[in-house]
Amino acid sequence: MHIYLDYNATTPVDRQVLEAMLPYFAENFGNASSIHSYGQRGRSAVDAARDSVAELIGAKPAEIVFTSGGTEADNLALFGSVAASNQSRKHIIATAIEHQAVLNAAQALEQQGIEVTYVPVGSDGIVDPQDIRRALRPETILISVMHANNELGTIQPIEKIGRIAAEADVYFHCDAVQSAGKVPLDVESLGVNLLSISAHKIYGPKGVGALYVRAGTSIEPQFHGGHHERDRRPGTENVPGIVGFGKAAELAEINREANEAGIEILRDRLEEALTSVLSAVRVNGNRSRRVANTTNLAFAGAGGEALLMALDLQGISCSTGAACSSGAVEPSHVLLAMGLSPDEARSSLRFSLGRGTTSDEIDRAIAVIPPTVERLRALSPRALNTVHAR
Amino acid sequence: MPNQLVQLEPFCESADARHSTQARVAEAPAMAEQSGRRADTGGVAHVAVAMSGGVDSSTVAAMMSASGRQIIGLTMQLWNQRRLPQLQSAEPAQHRCCSIDDVYDARRVAEHLRIPFYVVNFEREFEKNVIRPFVDDYLQGRTPIPCTLCNNHVKFDQLLLTARQIGAERIATGHYARVRHNPESGRYELLRAVDESKDQSYFLFGLTQEQLARTDFPLGELSKGEVREIARRLQVPVAEKPESQEICFVPTGNYVRFIEGYLHEQGQTLPEEAGDIVTTAGEVLGQHNGLHRYTVGQRKGLGISEGRPMYVVALDRAKNRLVVGQDGELRSATCEVRGVNWIPYAVPDGLLRAKVRIRNRHEPADAEISAVGLTDARIVFDEPQRAITPGQAAVFYSGERVLGGGWIR
Repeated sequence: MHIYLDYNATTPVDRQVLEAMLPYFAENFGNASSIHSYGQRGRSAVDAARDSVAELIGAKPAEIVFTSGGTEADNLALFGSVAASNQSRKHIIATAIEHQAVLNAAQALEQQGIEVTYVPVGSDGIVDPQDIRRALRPETILISVMHANNELGTIQPIEKIGRIAAEADVYFHCDAVQSAGKVPLDVESLGVNLLSISAHKIYGPKGVGALYVRAGTSIEPQFHGGHHERDRRPGTENVPGIVGFGKAAELAEINREANEAGIEILRDRLEEALTSVLSAVRVNGNRSRRVANTTNLAFAGAGGEALLMALDLQGISCSTGAACSSGAVEPSHVLLAMGLSPDEARSSLRFSLGRGTTSDEIDRAIAVIPPTVERLRALSPRALNTVHAR
Repeated sequence: MPNQLVQLEPFCESADARHSTQARVAEAPAMAEQSGRRADTGGVAHVAVAMSGGVDSSTVAAMMSASGRQIIGLTMQLWNQRRLPQLQSAEPAQHRCCSIDDVYDARRVAEHLRIPFYVVNFEREFEKNVIRPFVDDYLQGRTPIPCTLCNNHVKFDQLLLTARQIGAERIATGHYARVRHNPESGRYELLRAVDESKDQSYFLFGLTQEQLARTDFPLGELSKGEVREIARRLQVPVAEKPESQEICFVPTGNYVRFIEGYLHEQGQTLPEEAGDIVTTAGEVLGQHNGLHRYTVGQRKGLGISEGRPMYVVALDRAKNRLVVGQDGELRSATCEVRGVNWIPYAVPDGLLRAKVRIRNRHEPADAEISAVGLTDARIVFDEPQRAITPGQAAVFYSGERVLGGGWIR
């Protein structure tokens, strides 16, 4: 039995999504921008998908810009809105726990002379909207705050920050990649100008995402090419991917509440079992204000990297922190931002459940994880080689 | 400039590509199985293979996999080369154990073999146990061996621990050396590789009994040529990859710039730059520009012209003087070592006759060794030896057995 508990990293493509996509590879292969009937079939499919994606977030279809994924959507939001501003001094605000797609884009903007404030979060992994307000400056042009944090699942107070942004007349971008399909999304009540989502986190294909751009919000395209996506993102449309995204968005709302309730029961059972069977296990982040599928646990005295490998070798796949370019684990910037020590951050693992998670799988995880943690703790780092202590 | 010229003789453990191909290749997998499978493992436990992305460790993984062992590939992420970007050469860093290219190669080999593979992050441990002591040794006028420090404190310590944590009771590496259990003494012994030209036992003298007991060196019976042949036959993706010759974390081979870059990054300044170059009699011949740029035995790049060959004889840290002399003054019949590890016994009885190697590729010389307490020893060579260098290791051999070794004071 191989148990996948890393749905925040990616999800399997839903069977119905796959079937919706298949005709658009070899049969209806037309370029959606072509005028002829082949092109029209592609265009029609893209338009239908745009409707579905818009509906998922309460937007108008014209406000959806399809991209290659969440990272491109985040980059387009940050670089695009900064480039569209004609202010001489530009300042943006982001939280310290944003996804790398936002953090590294912000750092790249800093290299270009844009000022960035990284707002800290509390020990519960949630940002205080008043801290966002205090970071505002006359030259602020954009606030970027994620909806659900990918590592903790904690939900940020987007509505409140949206009101602050509106009062200050500052653009507000929200990376909703991890909340889409898990909580209701409505761009009006969230008060956002820009919102990123990704297909592969909601049982759609990899390589396709979208940026919501509120009507009247101006962004500069970051690629140069044809007139696709209303001059906001050039490039031949990824028709099968977009079709899959549309279907996934449609399915995301069907039975969402029932699905999430079931997932929450399993997540809570896993969390309660591990925290009661094992000593010195702590849940990272706020336990009530978070999505239903995620738990992030600190196993004191057990290295998360070795624990992840040991569990994988026993058929349980989960996640820790972020990987660097070689694939090695680095301590999570999110956990460090919450005030965990590097050692605590290194001993933490994320388990994220999904539609495919079964009760049997959770039973198995509850049976395997505690003895594995105990084995690691028994072999805790100590020098085998004491002869040559310098 | 001296810092451009200084190039130590290769002291990376993988340096030296001399090899001879012989016709024992066909027997190799059987031998691999023998040396890889010891009675005490029960034959079922997983073995973790330390995979650097080079041909040797990749071949170990391929051989063990072909012989049906359950193996797990582990690659150590040791040093982030982005930390000192000014040290990167214009060409992309290749074939270095810390480069992303090598991790990619190791992963590709693991994918080819269809074995579980993980990259483990030991950057902290490597900096603490290898980089920092490496830099400090040079600042103290010593010439360190980072590969040995890495073996003692990272590869056969942290990596072995990680292997055990994930369910592998042993590790296998691509070193050319052999481990043998001596049923009479009950101890594990370290032996030279069969291929003398590839022997890496010098770098392994510090392994403890606990470490040796859990280690496999499947290449110890093979020549480099045979290893390449096996790699080709098993279609290992890196079979034709060239040898690395440099210290893995010094991408350009210029260790002086590494030390200066590292100290700069740490917000430290080099202690006392320039100082006198003096003869053994105290005559000032010129100026040196930082003792860390020199090593005992060095001749080139001294910037003095005496009409006769002059060599670095000693680095006098206390007076910040570089002591030079003629070849004869470079020779010494005695040395003291510290941090001694004895292998076939806890400590030898009385005086010990052995052959002693004072640097990698040094022809082991006859000597008498007396243990001083449990951790020190005094060595008296039959013939004076050239350039006995503080910071290098003195490793004691009896025939093919490594009796132990220690750090030259």
